Amino acid sequence: MSVFWRRDELVCRQVVELVSDYLEGALPRSERRRFERHLAGCEHCTEYLAQMRATIALTGRLEPEDLTPQMREEFSALYRRWLSDDD
Amino acid sequence: MALTPLRRRVRAQSDDDELLARLRAGEEEAFLALVERHHESMVRVAGSFVASRAVAEEVVQETWLAVLRGLDGFAGRSSFRTWLLAILVNRARSTGVREHRSIAVGDAGPAVDRSRFDVSGAWMSPPVHWIEDSEDRMVADGMASRIHSALADLSARQREVVLLRDVEGLSSGEVCEVLDISEGNQRVLLHRGRSHLRQVLETEFGAV
Repeated sequence: MSVFWRRDELVCRQVVELVSDYLEGALPRSERRRFERHLAGCEHCTEYLAQMRATIALTGRLEPEDLTPQMREEFSALYRRWLSDDD
Repeated sequence: MALTPLRRRVRAQSDDDELLARLRAGEEEAFLALVERHHESMVRVAGSFVASRAVAEEVVQETWLAVLRGLDGFAGRSSFRTWLLAILVNRARSTGVREHRSIAVGDAGPAVDRSRFDVSGAWMSPPVHWIEDSEDRMVADGMASRIHSALADLSARQREVVLLRDVEGLSSGEVCEVLDISEGNQRVLLHRGRSHLRQVLETEFGAV
């Protein structure tokens, strides 16, 4: 291992800015390694990453609602309007 | 078991294709089923461009009319949903009163307040734990609904990206196609949006 690499280590303040690029797989390989090396030694950033993952998962938990009968009527009318336009 | 956005999307895509085929064959019920599947997400997405839910619903109606008129032109190169949302976003943008050309101030700030780090950049006030083992448990505690109300705090551009990626489950490439933005820009907006939502949950659910 080179004696120089430590000069390059990420600090927590940088890690939180790289989390999205990390999750998106957008970090270059060397940067990704630095990121993971930091995580391995930092419980707070590990917690932070887990929180970002949980946030994303929770954001995805919104389910579509059913159409109200009135909206069904409106869209039915829209469909028929289109049919009659369509000569 | 609840489906993740990605699995929901894979399942949904084959259903869309089938409904689309039936719609092309002239079946009104298939049209209504497609509308029903996509209505809420379309209203949400349109709502991030325009001032009110009423206007968003108008944009959604116009979009469906454009979809019906453009049915023959849809070649299936992208998914039906990507095509649908791209039409929607174009309509919403031309109707919308909100500004979209430049990155707003809120899009450039730090993910975490600077005062939480010491001069060396290490955590001084580390993240407060709020995650629970079960996602369903977190939903039951109101975390998902808190996120959905916190979406209103984001800039319109952040909200659009977060909605399309994390609520609607589009890929980054699809989001760029729908919103006509670069990958890099998409990541910046997504990062800011997600970081804010995380902070809201930490503030409200973190045990001190």
